[in-house]
Amino acid sequence: MPTDRPTAAELVEAVREFLADHVTPNVEGQLAFHTRVAINALAIVERTMADGGPMDAAELERLKDLLGQDGDLGEMNAALSRAIRSGAMDDQRGAVLDHLRKTAEDKIALANPKYLIQRG
Amino acid sequence: MAEAVQDPKLTAGEQLAAVLRERLAEEYGPGTEIEALLRLSGGASRETWSFDALKLDGTRQPLILKRDPMDRQVEKQYEGVPGGRLNVGRLVEGRLLQLAGEAGVPMPKVPFFLDKDERTTEGFFSHRLVGEALGRRIVRDDAYAAARPKLAYQVGHAAGRFHTIPLEILPAMRGLPAAEELLHYRAIMDSFHQPQAGFEYGFRWLQERLQLAGERYALCHGDFRNGNILVDQDGLIGVLDWESAHLGNPSSDLGWMCVRSWRYGYHDNIVGGFGDVAELLDGYEAGGGGRLDAEEIYFWQVFGTLRWGILCMILCFTHLDGEQRTVEYAGIGRRAAETEYDLLQLLD
Repeated sequence: MPTDRPTAAELVEAVREFLADHVTPNVEGQLAFHTRVAINALAIVERTMADGGPMDAAELERLKDLLGQDGDLGEMNAALSRAIRSGAMDDQRGAVLDHLRKTAEDKIALANPKYLIQRG
Repeated sequence: MAEAVQDPKLTAGEQLAAVLRERLAEEYGPGTEIEALLRLSGGASRETWSFDALKLDGTRQPLILKRDPMDRQVEKQYEGVPGGRLNVGRLVEGRLLQLAGEAGVPMPKVPFFLDKDERTTEGFFSHRLVGEALGRRIVRDDAYAAARPKLAYQVGHAAGRFHTIPLEILPAMRGLPAAEELLHYRAIMDSFHQPQAGFEYGFRWLQERLQLAGERYALCHGDFRNGNILVDQDGLIGVLDWESAHLGNPSSDLGWMCVRSWRYGYHDNIVGGFGDVAELLDGYEAGGGGRLDAEEIYFWQVFGTLRWGILCMILCFTHLDGEQRTVEYAGIGRRAAETEYDLLQLLD
C-alpha cells in the first residue's frame, strides 16, 4: 500500500465526513437512512484499518494455542468451527468460550463499540 | 389466474386507488371514496398502505392494506433447506389477526380481504389504530412512560391468549418442531461457506439441550418482538406482522421477545427493553398459557439470538450474491457480530 498522504484511511475518513456534513443535511426518507448506514460502514472500515491488524494477530496466537496447529486466520477458524461441531473441543469448553468471547468483543469494538457492555 | 401487473400508464398509487374504490364499494356501498392513500415505509418484502375510506354517510374509516409486493422482490428461497421458506400468505395472515382478536388479544379489526386479480396481489385490510410500533420510541419516548411498566405483563398475557387458540380452528400452516428448526438454520448457515466459530458453539449448546425446548405445540407468531407490537399511552393495543406464523413451541415466541437486539439500548430490561421475565411469565399465566419454566424461555432466548444472527447473514448474502445490491444489507451483515457477542454472553 502506498504510504503517501492521503493514506487509504484518510481517504475513507474524508468520504465519511463528506457524507455526514454535506449529504446528510440535504436528503430525507430512505436516502437519509441509507446515508446513515453508509457512514456507519465507513466508520467500521476506519476502525478496522486502525485496530484490526493487532486483533487478528492476537486471535491467530490464541487459535494456535487452542488447536495446536498452524495456518492462516481463515483456515484456523474453519478448523475451530469443525472441531466445535464434531465435539472434539468438548473437553476444553472453558478455553474455547474464553477465546470466542475475546474474539467477539474485538469484532464488536470494530463493528459497533457502543454495543459493548461494560462490566465492573 | 394471470399475475397482477402494474399498468405503466398509472402510478402504483393510482392503480391501487382504483382497485380500492371497487373493493370498498362492495363493503361500504357505492360511492365510497379513498383519501390520503400513502405507502408506508418498512417491510421491504410486503407492501403496506395507509388510507381513509370516506363513506357516503360522511363517516370516515382509517384503514391499512397489507398486500404482497407488486414488484416481485427477490427473496432467498432456501427450497433445499429443511423447513424451506417459513412465511404464510396474506390471506392466512389476516385470518390469524382475526383469530387472535377473537381469542382476546388486543388487535386491530380485520374487516375484509383483497383477492388477487390482474391488477393487484392479495392482501388484507385492518382498521388503522393510533399508536406507536417503532421499538425505539416505545422504550424511550415520554408518551409511553405509563405504558412501559405494564408491557412485559401485557405481551405475556397476549401470548397466553393466542398460544391457546385450539389447533383445529387454525388455517393450514407449516409445523416446525425445535429439532427441525435448528436443522433449518444450520443448513442456511452452511450455505454461506463462512466458518463462524461463535455460532458453531451456539449450535452445539442448543443441540445438547434440545430437551429444554419443551414439547408443547401451538400457534406461534414467529416474530414476536418489540417492533411488531402496537402501543399507545396506556399499553398494548395490537400484535402485528404475523407473516412468520407457524405451529411450533410457544416458548419460542417468549424467548424471541427477550433477544437483546430489540431492547434498543435498554439492555437491563430483558423483555423488549421495557420489562423483566417474571412479569412476562406472570402475564402469560394470567392469559391462560400456564406456568412456563424460565429455563425453557432461556433456551429459546439463546435460539432466538442465534436465529437473528443468521437472519442478518441471509440479508448480507442477498447483497453479496448480487440478488439485491444495497448498502443496507451489507451493513446488516455486521450486525451478526452483535448477535455473536450476545450469544457468547448467554452461553456456558
